[in-house]
Amino acid sequence: MSNDGWTWLTEKQIPSCLGAGSEIVQELLERLELHDWVPHDIFGVHLAVEEALANAIHHGNRLDASKFVRVVFKVSTQRVRIEVHDEGQGFCPANVPDPTDNEHLDVPSGRGVMLMRSYMSLVEYNEAGNCVIMEKERVILPE
Amino acid sequence: MKEKQRLSVSEVGDVTVVRFVDQKILDEAKIQQLGQELFELVETDGCGKILLNFTSVEFLSSAALGKLITLDKKVKSQGGALKLSNIRPEIYEVFAITKLNKLFDIKEDEVDALAAF
Repeated sequence: MSNDGWTWLTEKQIPSCLGAGSEIVQELLERLELHDWVPHDIFGVHLAVEEALANAIHHGNRLDASKFVRVVFKVSTQRVRIEVHDEGQGFCPANVPDPTDNEHLDVPSGRGVMLMRSYMSLVEYNEAGNCVIMEKERVILPE
Repeated sequence: MKEKQRLSVSEVGDVTVVRFVDQKILDEAKIQQLGQELFELVETDGCGKILLNFTSVEFLSSAALGKLITLDKKVKSQGGALKLSNIRPEIYEVFAITKLNKLFDIKEDEVDALAAF
């Protein structure tokens, strides 16, 4: 996907604590509303970014107060791009078991990555596995 | 029954009907508290038949789903039954994507759910 045409972008560092990032996420959602993104798409972006932040804060930085999560959000009329970097050891997404397999269906954790992939058009990780890049193309274009 | 902060609890016959205080089940500290209060229903309050009414819930994260799964296990281990109802389409889609609609007994509304116990 090309990276031009952004009408809003922001880059911030947030601490590795519960609830961190809620203000910047809210700002992102408001930008999507301004571009008349449909509620279903906004719901999906919201879920994906919350899951990415939770993964970075919990599994990446392990709630270590000395570590930060860097987020980059970019919005255009047709696309949103989200980058979430943590300071953890990283992980291999291919090693995450499919939570929909019968043997994993009643395991309480492990659904975040799957939900991110379900709602976003693109989900990629860096080689180290401590940065996720997600993009979503809006379903309905503005008239 | 111990007072709940994140739940609104009522009794309909022998069924404990639970509604959620928060429209967005997202804040991790609140999810921890929510889980604790749900587990208390089984472990402390001795509720055997539990209906979770999602009518007020507009958003929930996978961490919240995890609490529901753990609750389901606790209820079943006590020989009880857990049902869910009044889930709006956006939220139901999350259950469907994760195939948790196969794990949970989900009914259209509270009347259907109560009749199914």
